Amino acid sequence: MSILGTRVVRTEDPLFLTRGAVYTDDLTDERLAGALHATFVRSNVAHGTVTSVDASAAREAPGVVAVYTAEDLGDLKPVPPPLPFLDAGFSRPWLVPVGGRVHFVGDLVAVVLTEERYQGEDAAEQVVVDIDPLPAVVTTRAAATDETVLFPEVGTNKVAAFGEPAPEDFFADCEVVVSRAITNQRVAAAPLETRAASAAWGEDGRVTIWCTNQGAQQAKGQIAGWLDLDPALVHLITPDVGGGFGAKIGADQEYAFVAWLAQQAGRPVRWSESRSENMTGMLQGRAQDQVVTIGGSRDGKVTAYSLEVTQDCGAYPRIGTVLPTLTMLMAAAVYDIPKVHAQATCYATNGTSIGAYRGAGRPEATAAVERAMDLFAAEIGMDPAEVRRINFIPAFTEPVQTSSGATYDSGDYEAALDRVLEAAGYAELRAEQARRRERGDVRQLGIGVSAYVEITGADSGHGTSENAELEVHPDGTATVLTGTSPHGQGHATTWAMLASEQLGIPVEKITVLHGDTDKVPDGGGTMGSRSLQQGGAAVHQAAVELVEVARKRAAELLEANPDDLEVDLANAGLSVKGTPGTGVTWAQLAADEQLIVQTTFTANAPTFPFGAHVAVVETDVESGKAVVTRLVTVDDAGTIINPLLAEGQRHGGIAQGVGQALLEEILYDEDGNPQTSTFADYPFVSATELPSFELVEMATPTPMNPLGAKGIGEAGTIGSTPAVQSAVVDSVAHLGVRHVDMPATSMRVWRAIREAQNSGAQKGSTN
Amino acid sequence: MQVSMTVNGQQRTDEVEPRTLLAHHLRDNLGLTATNIGCDSTSCGACTVIVDGLTVKSCTVLALQAEGSEVTTLEGLSTDGEMHPVQAAFRSEHGLQCGFCTSGMVMAAVGVLADNPNPTDREVREGLEGNLCRCTGYHNIVRAVLKAAESGPAAGQVPAAKQEVTA
Ligand code: FES
Ligand code: FES
Repeated sequence: MSILGTRVVRTEDPLFLTRGAVYTDDLTDERLAGALHATFVRSNVAHGTVTSVDASAAREAPGVVAVYTAEDLGDLKPVPPPLPFLDAGFSRPWLVPVGGRVHFVGDLVAVVLTEERYQGEDAAEQVVVDIDPLPAVVTTRAAATDETVLFPEVGTNKVAAFGEPAPEDFFADCEVVVSRAITNQRVAAAPLETRAASAAWGEDGRVTIWCTNQGAQQAKGQIAGWLDLDPALVHLITPDVGGGFGAKIGADQEYAFVAWLAQQAGRPVRWSESRSENMTGMLQGRAQDQVVTIGGSRDGKVTAYSLEVTQDCGAYPRIGTVLPTLTMLMAAAVYDIPKVHAQATCYATNGTSIGAYRGAGRPEATAAVERAMDLFAAEIGMDPAEVRRINFIPAFTEPVQTSSGATYDSGDYEAALDRVLEAAGYAELRAEQARRRERGDVRQLGIGVSAYVEITGADSGHGTSENAELEVHPDGTATVLTGTSPHGQGHATTWAMLASEQLGIPVEKITVLHGDTDKVPDGGGTMGSRSLQQGGAAVHQAAVELVEVARKRAAELLEANPDDLEVDLANAGLSVKGTPGTGVTWAQLAADEQLIVQTTFTANAPTFPFGAHVAVVETDVESGKAVVTRLVTVDDAGTIINPLLAEGQRHGGIAQGVGQALLEEILYDEDGNPQTSTFADYPFVSATELPSFELVEMATPTPMNPLGAKGIGEAGTIGSTPAVQSAVVDSVAHLGVRHVDMPATSMRVWRAIREAQNSGAQKGSTN
Repeated sequence: MQVSMTVNGQQRTDEVEPRTLLAHHLRDNLGLTATNIGCDSTSCGACTVIVDGLTVKSCTVLALQAEGSEVTTLEGLSTDGEMHPVQAAFRSEHGLQCGFCTSGMVMAAVGVLADNPNPTDREVREGLEGNLCRCTGYHNIVRAVLKAAESGPAAGQVPAAKQEVTA
């Protein structure tokens, strides 16, 4: 029986559960013996000019080995923005010099090296930094005025713009047009492991850097570039990684800094940040303001849709600047809308830089169009599920091009909706809602429906390729080397399953290695839900190729025709067809000559998983508090290799979506001071705020890889966020509410009810 | 200053700075790095250990406060290579992904089951409210705790001193 599609428990778990994983800050590698601790001194002003930095007291503090300010940086050059088309004026200094500007709370001003960890905190406090505040630009609206320009050498806060305005008559032929400004708020990725890095230089002139990251090879290239080092001199290792969610894509400047400091000090250096440091220093996500406009006929057909995005890039533009292009690409979503318009404008602000966060550009597209569909449904008085059904792209198995320019591989959106509505008992939910409304209950029911499609395995800097190396050893065990970079996804297990399927070597005897640039020089890491469909497909391909190599070798040993040989699962080797146990074992095949295959798999194109979610909330209409009571989801990611792990990805994604819809938001005051910089202030979603989830199966294979697999890492978040938001709005729709921005906190819901009642409108546009 | 405690059944005496947190003492001085630190506001529970039968967030107590105590960390939970019922259930139910919350989550779960050997889904969620996980959405963590409860009172006990545990 095939191992694929079965619920194999993870091979990595026994160690994780008994000894604990080994994260960067846990390392006891001997190369790090006697390491110094780095502590960064950060700006506590969002925008201002540094007038003085006095490190003299800190230099005398106990345990201090060195303090570096901008004067001590030698020939380190500011780091340019990671996208070549961006103005180099947005470059980020390593440390902001006297006379230079800090651009967010958390910007780096000095760094202290101490013998012990606690000494660093003490000494950092003694570095006296004076900053003349400038007006802080906290919103994109303020940024767009250019009244205060963050980077005078650039001359404007506008970082980039994509697309053109819609023609004036875009909605001219629509019977009904609804438009609304909505927010896809700034949130923290908040992996539970904060950022950390260590570095040690060897006598051979090479540096080994350990850091917590989603792609060792990309990070290595960046660090070598920033430090002007020959990449051959950099060895980067990602040990176990405690979650990433997009925020650990690409190196952070601090990581390179640690390597530089180790070189300067002539001793290894370690750094790990506190949560408060992480909540301002680590890339954040989303941060889009959107205007959706939707038009169509009263019978429910949508004929025109426009999405205007304003992206907050934060202080130093990073990858978040181009994520709106994915939002634009996916604007049409699951719908067959004849005319779709999308554009985006991106601004620098005095906030933390924006990067990728679970879904990265696609959740924003789905949230926008799903909100628009709901607004349209409310306007014409039609059930929101019905409006979606009328407008879906019909089921397809051959690629389909959308009006926003994407080419989808395979999909059946209506079937996904049907399944989820049936599993949720949609008709009964609506009946119960009607009863509660009739009775005027305090706790009203809200039902939110979302449908989504997203793009996975898109080119995130490594094309659509991934490589794999597979070796069978003389003791009958095997090793897989992969360029993907698991940090919770369980590749050690799934990649072993893929190899085991072909070789018959049990999963327990297959070791999967990753995240070490000496062992795996090339790789695309784990991001954008690419891993299985590219990295997994590469492992599959390597195993198929290895069997061919082995077949030839076995044929010689057995003096048989290669075509007569087959993998002998029971015997862990190859035997003549139909006579198991008569052939040679893997151990024998690898005994005299290395048995190894290196291969690269290239997908023709990205894949487009899809699904539909139903969220049910109960809202206390007196307090405005909404509680999610059910989440029923269909998430079709093609063929599933390990359902146990795929479900885990869905669960985690769904929960993060609920977090964004109901609770989470990074807030600044008007001076740009973060208001949510600890876990006491940031409402990270907890177990009590979630129900157990009801997952419904559906699997439509993709033709883009031999496994038939699409990505599953981000789908849950993309579907659940709009479903939950919609459910909250729906729970108070009978009171006249048409929209509540995320996060739909008690206060927001309560206010929306009051405003709707004050305006006296039971129907029509409110709040 | 000197501090002595029994950690995972072993007597340990070490020199510490008075302000050393128990979490740092375990990690940096005793090399028990399964205990993680995920926040600086007593919010995440990644640092949860069991001290004299009570689940404690080890980032909020000083090493000195554990003087003379029995401390159990994740590393001390299995006996003779045999996983504790909670550890085994986390594996079978896929209750961990990146693993960063896991050590604290497992210790907190032992405490929950000590208090309430047959909890409901809701009671498990309430019991684990102080432990954050970003990866699993808690779904499989809750299932793991419910599954561990099926193995009886051992799920709520730590091996070292066979002590009773209270959350
Ligand atoms: S590290 Fe102790 S509660 Fe977060
Ligand atoms: S498994 Fe990653 S934080 Fe819980």
